Amino acid sequence: MDNLKRYLGFLWMLAGPVILIALIAIAAKNIDINGTTDISKPIPWIIIISIFTPVAIGLTIFGWYAWKGEYDKEQ
Amino acid sequence: MQSPKGIWKVITASSVGTLIEWYDFYIFGSLSTIIAQKFFPAANPTAALLSTLATFAAGFIVRPFGALVFGRLGDLIGRKYTFLLTLVLMGGSTFLIGCIPSYATIGAWAPALVLLLRLLQGLALGGEYGGAATYVAEHSPAHRRGFYTSWIQTTATLGLFVSVGVILAIRNIVGVDEFTNGNGWRYPFLLSIVLVIVSIFIRLKMQESPLFSKLKSEGKTVKNPLKESFGKKENFRMVLLALFGATMGQGVIWYTGQFYAQQFILTKCFVEYEQANTIILISLAIATPFFIIFGSLSDKIGRKHIMLAGMLLGVLCYRPIFQELYETADLSKKVENVAAMQKLESVSSVAGGVGDSVKLVTVSKVYEDGSQSKISTRQQISSKGVVSEPVNAGKEIQLGSAGKWKMVGLITLMVLFVTMVYGPIAAFLVELFPTRIRYTSMSLPYHIGNGVFGGLVPFIATLITTVPGTDHLSGLWYPIGVAALCFVIGLLYLSNKPGKNAEQ
Repeated sequence: MDNLKRYLGFLWMLAGPVILIALIAIAAKNIDINGTTDISKPIPWIIIISIFTPVAIGLTIFGWYAWKGEYDKEQ
Repeated sequence: MQSPKGIWKVITASSVGTLIEWYDFYIFGSLSTIIAQKFFPAANPTAALLSTLATFAAGFIVRPFGALVFGRLGDLIGRKYTFLLTLVLMGGSTFLIGCIPSYATIGAWAPALVLLLRLLQGLALGGEYGGAATYVAEHSPAHRRGFYTSWIQTTATLGLFVSVGVILAIRNIVGVDEFTNGNGWRYPFLLSIVLVIVSIFIRLKMQESPLFSKLKSEGKTVKNPLKESFGKKENFRMVLLALFGATMGQGVIWYTGQFYAQQFILTKCFVEYEQANTIILISLAIATPFFIIFGSLSDKIGRKHIMLAGMLLGVLCYRPIFQELYETADLSKKVENVAAMQKLESVSSVAGGVGDSVKLVTVSKVYEDGSQSKISTRQQISSKGVVSEPVNAGKEIQLGSAGKWKMVGLITLMVLFVTMVYGPIAAFLVELFPTRIRYTSMSLPYHIGNGVFGGLVPFIATLITTVPGTDHLSGLWYPIGVAALCFVIGLLYLSNKPGKNAEQ
């Protein structure tokens, strides 16, 4: 089980930047300066990306800790 | 630890205040359409921008920020005075929202003031929950911590229940027109000040948490709770585990089962406003005791298994449940009672268009299962007699008794999933962190999980439905995906035993 937790840590490390890049790409696709719905306005996206950046970094750090075996004895 | 009588005083004082804070936070959301008309006219770009900020910033930025600000304060000066402060801030802001003159009276000041007060509400909410949960947990015996803290967990749902109930009651008392176009919508906000004063009075009589008092008397409180919580690896790794292994999934399950379900039956199933809210109220009333049942059960079999079971049930059942909700209101599957069909036509002039007019046709139908529908279409008729294609101008369905109770059953089931993930989580979070940094450390993952991951459900669900080829259920992939990821992380990395920090 500890090995699985460590290997998956690598996946969580990758997931952080992947999610963030995907979010920025989706935002760029949807933002329309003349848009009237929430998903086409820039402000919600700026807020969401601002708040998700530390969360994605957190997921990467979580993965790093898992990779290094910091959670091995939690079971 | 407290005597049995003492602990109930603690729970009452904490729960009533937290319930009021949730009530305050929800009435803004429930009345957002009216608030938008009064304060944020879409035609004004500044007001529209402030409206967007009020919607997104209050939940996503200010709540986690409030968790940090008040969490730090709670670990420095104590739980009691910190969550008194959040209560005053929340109650004062809510009351003042009810007092602000409309955009038509004071112009751009109106949306700016509403935005400011909404941000203060978010800040206060960010500080309240961690304080209340910590306060109750630190008065509770270890073997009953899940049971006692689950009373705090009922407050979020009861807050929604009370807010919907108060809005419906005032709407009925003053009339729909006065409520929507007059000052009736202000009363739920103004009522808050009475509730808050009562709650402050109760809380002032309470003592500081015994664990925090002991820590303080021994001089063991920390000087910088933020640095201790997030700067030290042994604590920070638990903050991350709490977020990605528990609160992230709990937040989306909570939001989907209560708020997205409400939005879905209103906007996708077109259930009539009062009936939709009545269905929600009944479901909440039936399911709420299960917060206590699952909280108590978590004392016996552990927190992890119950929370993860709730997440897994959400992952597996959301699509079939929402499909059933949709089909319950699907008119194409109902048999019409043709004899009772009515067609109402009205033709009205269009302001500013001399000779032009609008033809509004409302067709009322009755179905053999007792359901009724009203479908309106609008056609433009020019002065030359050219009639445009009919466009949809509104749809409303009043379900028959069987359909209504079926929806109650389905939504109750989803709220039961909520009670599984949410009932034990306060005790779970409290037990992960030591007393000296507990308020700070548990508040942040809770508010990121609920405010950010949960709060994003409607936005991302809408986003998904803009992708070609998607349908009315596609928006559910966001909560299902987040809950599934959280389930995997929780299953692998969480322990089912109380954290070693529980008694420190």
